[in-house]
Formats: sequence, C-alpha cells, structure tokens
Amino acid sequence: MKIQWDWIAGNLDEIAAATLDHLVLTLIAVGVGFALSLALGLAAYRWRRLYGPIAGVAGLIYTIPSLALFALLVPFTGLSVLSAEIGLVSYTLLILVRGVVSGLDGVPRDAVEAAAGMGYTARGRLARVELPLAVPVIIAALRLATVTTIGLVMVTALIGEGGLGQLMLRGFNRSFPTTIYVGVVASVALAVALDLALVGLQRLLTPWTRARAA
Amino acid sequence: MQHEGEPERMPDRATGRAATVTFEHVTKHYDRRDRERGTAGAVNDLCLAVPAGKICVLVGPSGCGKTTSLKMVNRLIEPTSGRILLDGADAAARDVTELRRGIGYVIQQVGLFPHQTIAENVATVPRLLGWPGARCRERAEELLGLVGLDPATYATRYPVQLSGGERQRVGVARALAADPPIMLMDEPFGAVDPIVRERLQDEFLRLQESLAKTILFVTHDIDEAIKMGDLVAVLADGGILAQFGPPAEILANPASPFVARFVGSDRGLKRLSLSRVADLELLPPVTARAGDVGTDELRRALAGSFPWLLLVDELDRPVAWIARDEIRPGAPLAAAHAAPAAPLLDQRATLKDALSILLDADVHAGIVVDRTQRVLGLLTVGAIAGLLRETVRGDGREPDGTGGEGTGGLGTGLDR
Repeated sequence: MKIQWDWIAGNLDEIAAATLDHLVLTLIAVGVGFALSLALGLAAYRWRRLYGPIAGVAGLIYTIPSLALFALLVPFTGLSVLSAEIGLVSYTLLILVRGVVSGLDGVPRDAVEAAAGMGYTARGRLARVELPLAVPVIIAALRLATVTTIGLVMVTALIGEGGLGQLMLRGFNRSFPTTIYVGVVASVALAVALDLALVGLQRLLTPWTRARAA
Repeated sequence: MQHEGEPERMPDRATGRAATVTFEHVTKHYDRRDRERGTAGAVNDLCLAVPAGKICVLVGPSGCGKTTSLKMVNRLIEPTSGRILLDGADAAARDVTELRRGIGYVIQQVGLFPHQTIAENVATVPRLLGWPGARCRERAEELLGLVGLDPATYATRYPVQLSGGERQRVGVARALAADPPIMLMDEPFGAVDPIVRERLQDEFLRLQESLAKTILFVTHDIDEAIKMGDLVAVLADGGILAQFGPPAEILANPASPFVARFVGSDRGLKRLSLSRVADLELLPPVTARAGDVGTDELRRALAGSFPWLLLVDELDRPVAWIARDEIRPGAPLAAAHAAPAAPLLDQRATLKDALSILLDADVHAGIVVDRTQRVLGLLTVGAIAGLLRETVRGDGREPDGTGGEGTGGLGTGLDR
C-alpha cells in the first residue's frame, strides 16, 4: 500500500479539477438547501402547525440510504448533476430547517416583545432582531450540513458525478490506493476549509457573542 | 457643551410633552388563544382617566389583568370591547406601528437587543422613525447621560457587559429616545435587587419631575405603587378596578376589605412615608426669650401634658428647652442648665423620618422650623400616633355607600 507520489505530481490538474467539482457540488447543495430551508423554517416558525409535517418529511428523506435515494432518482432525472443535487439538497433540509426554527425559537422572548412594543413591523422585527439573533444556531446547522454534504458528494460518484468521489471510485476499481488517499485528504481539507469559512462568517456577523461581561 | 447646534436640538429633548390616557369601559375576555400565548388575566369594564404628566400605577395580585391593561394601550393586546383614548383620540383608529413608536415601552426583563450596542439599542425608535445616523447617535448619548450612564464608557458596549441595574437604565433611556408623550412601564425595576431598585426608583422620580410624561406603571408591589404613583389603581382578580385615587387616599380610606387587605395591615406606617410634617396640626409651644424672667404664668402654662418651655432668640429661632421645674418665679431664664434645643424638624420632612428622629430624642417633641429656622410649632409622638390610630380604625370597616369594588365608587374621572 504505497502512495505513488509521482502519480500525484503528474496529475495535479486532475486532482484540482475534481476538488473544484466537489466544492461546486457542495456549495450548490448547501446554497439551494439553505434557501429552501430558510423559507420552510420561516413558514414553520410563523405557522407552528406546519413544523410537524415539514420536519417529518425532511426526517423521512433523511432516513433513506443515500445510495438508494440516488438510484431512485436516476429513472426520473438520469445520470446527471440534477439527480445528484436533488439528493444532496434533500439531505440538507432536516438539519437546516431545524437549525432555522430552533435558532428563531432561541431568540429571547423579551427582545421580541420589546421590538414589537416599540413599533417594529413584523418584517422589520424578523430582519433586524430575530434573524440576526438566530445566526449562531443557523450557522452551526450550516456547518453540520456542509460537512455532511461533502461526504455525500462522494456517493454521487456512483451516478457519474462526485468530484473527489470519482478519484476514489477509480482507486477501488483498479486497486490503486493512491487516488483513494488523495480523495480522502482532499475532501478532509475541503471540509476543514469550508468549516473555517463558516466560522469566519459567524465571527463577522455576530461580534456581540464575543463581548464578555466586564 | 453644545454651541451653535443647541437651538435646533431643543425640540427633540425630553421636555415633557404628555398626553392623557383614558380607559373607557375596556374589557378583555380570556379566550383560548390568550391562554395558549400565556398572556395574563382578563380585564373587566375598566374605566380610568390618567391626567397628562402623571404617574398612574396599576397594582394588584398576579393575574389581575394589570399587564393586560398596559398592553392594550400600545395594542400588543386588543381589547374585546371598550376604547382607550390617548389625548382624546381612539388608539384603535391609529396605525399600530406608528402608535407604538409614539409610546415608550419598558418591560421587566428589559428586552435589550443582545446583538446591538447600547447606543444602537437606545436609538431604536429614532432609527425606526428614520432619523439620520448622526442625530440617532447624538440622541443616544444624550439619553445615556440622562439616566446616569457615561456615554464614553457605555455607548459601544453590548448588553451582556452591563449589570442588571445598568440594563434597566438603558431600558428607560431607550423608551425615552423619541420623546414619547406616554410611557408604559411593566415592572421596570422588578429584576434587580432591592437596594438597586430603590435607587432606580428615586432616580426615575427625579427624572420625571423634569420630563413630566404620562406614565402607566405596572407593579405587584404595593410599596412601589405608593412610592411611584401620583395615582394608584388597585385591580382585583378578574380585572376589576377595586379603587383608583392618590396613594394617601387609598391608604387612609380603602374602598373595600380587599383593598385594605392588599395594602396591608401596616398601611398606617406606609402612610407615614407619604405624609409630611406640615400636614399635621402642630402643637403651639410655650416660648420665652433668653433673659426673660420666670413667672407663675409660665409655670401654669406648662402645667399640661408637655412640661417644657422653649427658649427662643429674638428671631424666634430655638435656643434651649427648660423644664417646668427649673423655672423659678423672679429668676431670669438661662440657657446654662437647659437642654439643647433639639431635635429640629424640617416642615417638609416625611412623618416616617420625623418619627424615627423623635423616638431617638430625649425630649419627645420635635421643634418644627421653617427655612429660616424660625419655630413653627411642636410635633409630638402622640400627634403621629393619633394619625396612625385614625388610619387603623378604618380597618375591617365596610366600604361606605358606593358599593366598594365596583368602578363607580371612588371616582374614575369619567363621570365628571
């Protein structure tokens, strides 16, 4: 089980392309998933009765094994980026909807009441008070969803996508461990990089969480 | 500190614009939605007229609807029936956000926005009203100064970095930011320890002297109600107005056994902190000038229950006490062997303070003096005890005539 460094040196372009591919698949999945989850989460926050069904459906999807989900999609959307993304987005929903709703639920009631009493409109209150205060919980959910998605993108190699998953699949098929190692290391690096980026975003958005009692 | 900017800034200062607040047969029924939201009690046919510039305290046991009544003013809760008039105009007819921006709102948990600095918190309503940023900042700093927080230290901090008392001050500053004519305060000093609470109460009363806002103030603490209120509305369970009037009147003449129980059996003592020395009839002293000669007339004048002669100087300022037995007919009255003329009482002192001074003194009468130290009369422990007895005799007595717990009784102001 030796790593063939010369293969790595000779195929840096391909590794970079696979990594970029992986990154793009992840960002699209998390981006679209977040947009949907924000809408669903706000709806569930506003109309409590929706929360059960929304969380139930998202939870149901989450229990479907990923391989099976992608296989189910192929007859409808083919071996395509679309199939991959439909699956990937679906898996982010449970984590992200819960993140949005519990983030909003965690906003101190007194702050919400004060905002209403001082004459914020419902929309202004959401934008200026509730969502900003939900940011830490929402970003925690985004970090979890992002890392999970990076792992799931690997699986989409089986329907012809997969970024770094393609490299790893090749390693398995040809008993060529070097590409497996490359895939593992690159995906871990990608996960760490995106996680750090989200931590940075949170620091930027929530300076108040670092203010400590004097 | 301001120079050329001063004149234009005057209109945004807290200069005591105030409005009347009138509850006209306001009722709020419990319904299922209220219970789910956990909002408190019902309100039943509430009639109240709060004059402009006064503090009206709503007080009562929990669940008596006092917070509900408050929240109906800024329409966080809508009445089931009845009207609330602000300066004569129906609150229900106004745009709800515009209405709320014109009413200061302070709640017990303060409700500062944790993600905003103190200055941003204070400038909330000015910002909603679209004031330019510089003016918001200026106003925030002015208000922080007003509530005793140095803007240089506090403006850029976050709420988590403040003590409970400091947060409550910021809450008051935030409510005052757009100089609203009306303030709603729901147990605004409830979340701090008693010592800080007392200081905040004192400071707020001092502030109100110059602001003269119309304030509706909710508390469950009768002592706070008596201290803060120009008018006190005692609410009973079910949101029924049990009595409405100045605190002294409520202590002296509880309209029903419920009110008497609620204000407490020590209401006589509470009344002492509301009454001033000048409110009592003073005992005229037997006086003489230093150097006068003792006479039998003087001895006879002192034969009553209070055997002390007060020696005064030529400006009627007290010099010394002389006991009746020390007075010899024909001998000059001298301060030499006499007791010092103490204690002196300011006529504006509260009876509570006067009593504690008197209990501490050798001669059980205080010399009440005016601003130039001239003697006005004597105050004895007996006179204060008389007032206490008069209050306590009212205990357990049936409410007179008007039916007590109803809203008609002690004048809601509406029938006038």
